Amino acid sequence: MSATPFALRATGVTRRFGALAAVHDVSLDLQRGEIHAVIGTNGAGKSTLVNLLSGEIPLSAGSVQLDGADVTHWSQPRRARAGLGRSYQRNNIFLPLSVRENCRLAAQMQAQQAWKLWQPAARCRFSTARADQALERAGLAALAGRAAASLSHGQKRQLEVAMCLATTPTVLLLDEPLAGMGPEESARMLDLLRSLRAEHALLLVEHDMEAVFAVADKITVMVDGGVIASGSPEAVRADAQVQAAYLGGHA
Amino acid sequence: MHKHIPTAAWAWLAAFVLLALLPVLPEPVGSAFHQELGAKVLIMAIFALSLQLLVGYTGLVSLGHAAFFGFAAYTVALLAPQSEAGNGWWLLAASVGAAALLAFVIGLLVMRTRGIYFIMVTLAFAQMVYFVFHDTDLGGGSDGTYVYIKPEFTLFGHRLLDLEQSAHFYWLALLLTAATVGLLALVLRARLGHALVGIRHNEQRMRAAGCNTTAYKLASFTLAGGLSGVAGFLFAVQHGYVNPEILAWHQSGNALLMVILGGIGSLPGAVLGAFSFVLLAEWFQGMTKHWQLLMGGFIIIAVAVLPQGIAGGFVWLRGRWQARRRPTLAAVVPTPQESTP
Repeated sequence: MSATPFALRATGVTRRFGALAAVHDVSLDLQRGEIHAVIGTNGAGKSTLVNLLSGEIPLSAGSVQLDGADVTHWSQPRRARAGLGRSYQRNNIFLPLSVRENCRLAAQMQAQQAWKLWQPAARCRFSTARADQALERAGLAALAGRAAASLSHGQKRQLEVAMCLATTPTVLLLDEPLAGMGPEESARMLDLLRSLRAEHALLLVEHDMEAVFAVADKITVMVDGGVIASGSPEAVRADAQVQAAYLGGHA
Repeated sequence: MHKHIPTAAWAWLAAFVLLALLPVLPEPVGSAFHQELGAKVLIMAIFALSLQLLVGYTGLVSLGHAAFFGFAAYTVALLAPQSEAGNGWWLLAASVGAAALLAFVIGLLVMRTRGIYFIMVTLAFAQMVYFVFHDTDLGGGSDGTYVYIKPEFTLFGHRLLDLEQSAHFYWLALLLTAATVGLLALVLRARLGHALVGIRHNEQRMRAAGCNTTAYKLASFTLAGGLSGVAGFLFAVQHGYVNPEILAWHQSGNALLMVILGGIGSLPGAVLGAFSFVLLAEWFQGMTKHWQLLMGGFIIIAVAVLPQGIAGGFVWLRGRWQARRRPTLAAVVPTPQESTP
């Protein structure tokens, strides 16, 4: 189907805010069956990179390709409909709505048909089926009827990912899915990420080094908006520049 | 196939049937005065319902909604023939279409703004429409213009309604209110309405999921504009007279007050808000010429006491009632089971 083996390819992605280059000349490839982690200190530009790739903010320079198509100038909703899903670092869900409706709404955007006024949304098979699958996958099926606002922090993080899955994306950009999670919840989330690897291309922005080295197939290290190293976990761990700039004395 | 009809639908049906009885009730209740007052309430109810779609379900607080209401009323006045009765079907369609078209054009221009800026820009455009009618001879300038003969609704040469009779006009207003409620209920039940509610709660997330939120908001704005045109049509027919004041920001503000008073995010709320607003205004006007002072005081108290509006107050009451009933039931049910062995 795709012209290239890469589900998502970023080339020279740059974003300037005035004189500051928040993201500078970042290139990376994501492919199916691979978890690509982006690590870096606070303010290294990781979340901005996710915003650029997902189309939430426009690029200053560079290009983004999705399944071989140049999507640099596509809006975020259009990229999302083409299979580019993202989750947020801070919980960004529909708090007053039920857990299922959160996912169903996300799924509905892949089959909008807004003119079908005679059909109740609750009976839209396309979106209810995908929502239930996503909830099952993320381990939230038992909580489907609850209001999203009533979930624990860890469950809300799971819902973030479930909403992303409900849109049946090929590429998943996950911004710190483990943030603020306890060890048990983290372990469950890592299992989920591993199970998603087969059919998805995953970009994982994460602070938890242990988790990153446990699941990532490839790691890109960002410092001050630029990439200082990229490669297999072993290669990155051994990189002298990375050790000096980021891992410090720990590695 | 599920043939289950929800309780809300029964409640609406009961309410409309009861309201339809007003003209057949004996005097003094079913008087012409009450029918006219009732029609006035229903017109404002349609207007508030249309704004509710924007404020309560899409999260767009517009302070320019009167522009579409008034534009529809002017459309009736300008298109109605001077010397004979106009075609009601055509005038209704034309005024609703004109209001929707104006809403679409203004919506295209304002949809990029958010929050307080959206309020300001909708107000600005509505004031522009106001001054177009106020300062040009298009609709008689500041004096306004007349609808001399009420339009006729005929079907196969048979006249369905005689709008000169207050009862017939009241029933037409009631029918159009019911149609508005029905259409909005359908929209809110469908994917469109669910998407709008999603936008209200978290527009960023909707975009991330693939929703072109601008297009959805524009659709909502156009639909709300068109529905307020139904109210504008009825207003022009009832009063037989339009002037620029019906386009002014007070009118937009009144609609917003009805929505807030009745309860944001509730269709019955919009109707209850319109009922209480119009009836209170009528009552206060009879008491003093400084009635707006009383109205202002009432709204301040109402918002303080019922932050979720009148509809929210009913929901709260029902919650208390159920909470009081539940323990009683729980206490009654296990007793026979305990006594059996």
